[in-house]
Amino acid sequence: MNYYVERTIRALLTVWLVITLTFGMIRLLPGGPLVQLRAELSRQGYSASRINALIENYQNVQPDQPLYVQYFDYVTSLLQGDLGQSITNPNSVASIIGDALPWTMFIMITSVVLIFAIAIVWGAVMAYREGSTFDVASSSVSILLGSMPFYVLAIGLVVLFSYKFQILPARYRTSPGVEAGLSVKFIVDALRHAALPIASLVITGAGLQALAMRGNSISVLGEDYVRVARLRGLSDRRISTRYVARNAILPMYTGFLTLIGFYFGGSPILEEVFTYPGIGYYLFQALENRDYPLMMGIFLVITIALVLSVYIADLTYGKIDPRIKSGESSETY
Amino acid sequence: MKPTESESVSGEFSFETTSSDVEVTWGERLRDFYEEFIYKPGLVAWNDRRTKIGGAILMVYVLMATVGAWFYRVPTSNQATRGLRPFEVWSAPLGSTASGEDILAMVIHATPSMLIMIATGGVFATGVAVLIGTVAGYKGGIVDRGLTSFSDVMMSIPGLPLVMVLAVVFSPTNPAVIGILITINYWAGLARAIRSQVLTLRENSYVEASRTMGASTPRILFKDIIPNLMPYVLVNFANAARYVVFTSVGLYYLGILPTSVANWGLQLNNAYKQAGALVGTGALYQLIVPMLAIMGIALALILLSQGLDRVFNPRVRTRLAGGSESTTSNEDETTASNEVMT
Repeated sequence: MNYYVERTIRALLTVWLVITLTFGMIRLLPGGPLVQLRAELSRQGYSASRINALIENYQNVQPDQPLYVQYFDYVTSLLQGDLGQSITNPNSVASIIGDALPWTMFIMITSVVLIFAIAIVWGAVMAYREGSTFDVASSSVSILLGSMPFYVLAIGLVVLFSYKFQILPARYRTSPGVEAGLSVKFIVDALRHAALPIASLVITGAGLQALAMRGNSISVLGEDYVRVARLRGLSDRRISTRYVARNAILPMYTGFLTLIGFYFGGSPILEEVFTYPGIGYYLFQALENRDYPLMMGIFLVITIALVLSVYIADLTYGKIDPRIKSGESSETY
Repeated sequence: MKPTESESVSGEFSFETTSSDVEVTWGERLRDFYEEFIYKPGLVAWNDRRTKIGGAILMVYVLMATVGAWFYRVPTSNQATRGLRPFEVWSAPLGSTASGEDILAMVIHATPSMLIMIATGGVFATGVAVLIGTVAGYKGGIVDRGLTSFSDVMMSIPGLPLVMVLAVVFSPTNPAVIGILITINYWAGLARAIRSQVLTLRENSYVEASRTMGASTPRILFKDIIPNLMPYVLVNFANAARYVVFTSVGLYYLGILPTSVANWGLQLNNAYKQAGALVGTGALYQLIVPMLAIMGIALALILLSQGLDRVFNPRVRTRLAGGSESTTSNEDETTASNEVMT
């Protein structure tokens, strides 16, 4: 139980530190965002008091207050879900993120689920036929696919499927004029738009995960209990599902959740290639336009997604895999 | 990771010399180092197809960055006929861009800064990770708690967005600085992994011997612990290098880093946005050439890290040397390929 409390505190501490970090970057960096924003606003001919009011609106920071008050204001408004006001977009940062986040999550979660489904089957077959032509060929293919950055493949897919063969759309989340809702038309359209982004993550990611699965399976196959199970005359099916698969898949569980988090981090490049308005796309827009409130808001949300996924992984891992007793106990000295 | 036979022998060796107050000369030490970390691994590495191919590919890039960049002309506009396709004329073998820049020259002259970026990024990431990981693992207690929490926090900050934000704020142009910026929190995961390796190493008899003899902590770390970690560190150096390639190309592709440094990502960006490689497939070659350059170096680094893993994994080493039956430990491989994803 102690472990869970400690882990929770650490997760909260991390979020708090990142909030402080973003505050520091906004407020303290020489020539940082606020200085630039102020210069921008005064170029547009606003008066000094008007500028202060605008800055307060954008960033939840009152520039004429002492630093600790600014910090307190910043944190409390974040806790209330107020991430400030975008400079270049008429909507608030929170509403932009609320609109974009589900789409990014849809892409990332679907991709990672597919990656693991493929990796588990592929890796297990490779391990089962260790040393065969199939194994050698598969390993080479996995390495080859892993050497391709997903965005390079993404560009290739757009060229091939969107422009050359014109089978799948090259940009946006849905076609213009398609209403969001539970209609078949909408779902098919959304899936068609998501197909290429998902494909580029899955094709480049599955190979290396399959190699990991292959490794796990081979080491399980060498365990004594598998040999004992064979000697006991258990059926192959029972051995492969109950003994090998179970023990080989479990170590990949944490990887599953952390991979979602990591792909969240990679979303700016992916969504920029496909002009897919998820949070990564808006992060990139914010960076290009020096829209610091939006930038910091999305940065915070991505961080929290990452912290949360690792946190869930850590908490549930012990429950799912009984060999790991409540996290760290195995490595404390 | 258990020390191999030879390593534990060298541990005893240093034990004897320090007790008799005879210092090993630098020459001997260098020779030992060469034997243990260059000659022997090199021999095994040469037997592994993956390291051989990976090393050869990497060599091509090094030649490109040194000899190639020295002899081949610097890309400028209008140095060739505009919009040449590949293999049309020998003066610009891979064709030219719409502004008449030789594409081969662009690829070659982007290599030096890429290699500098890779080297500094890799050294920074593995260096910090070794420092923090070994100290945390060896010292234990409050030092460990502090350093581990620090790594945990760094690890939970998403790498790419952080780097993007910092790149926009600082807009660095020096490739070495960019290398460090990209790995600004990449070291954290590695530091955690190294820490848990050190936890098993610190209980070894030769470490205990050094400790009871009153050797200082830095001395124990550098003489007894870090040498045993070198294999693991080298594998992860290759992984960090690949991460630097992917991230830097991505950032240049997005146009977030200043365009004054040549990079394959910039070529991708030009081909994609200006030459319209997507719309008319006519300019496709401008996209494919830098893509191949990126994939080639990434492939070399993956092959090296996988091959090196085999080379340095003691259990596998005996198998390669024609030893006992194979029940491969794949733990390292798993962590390696998980890290690859970051």
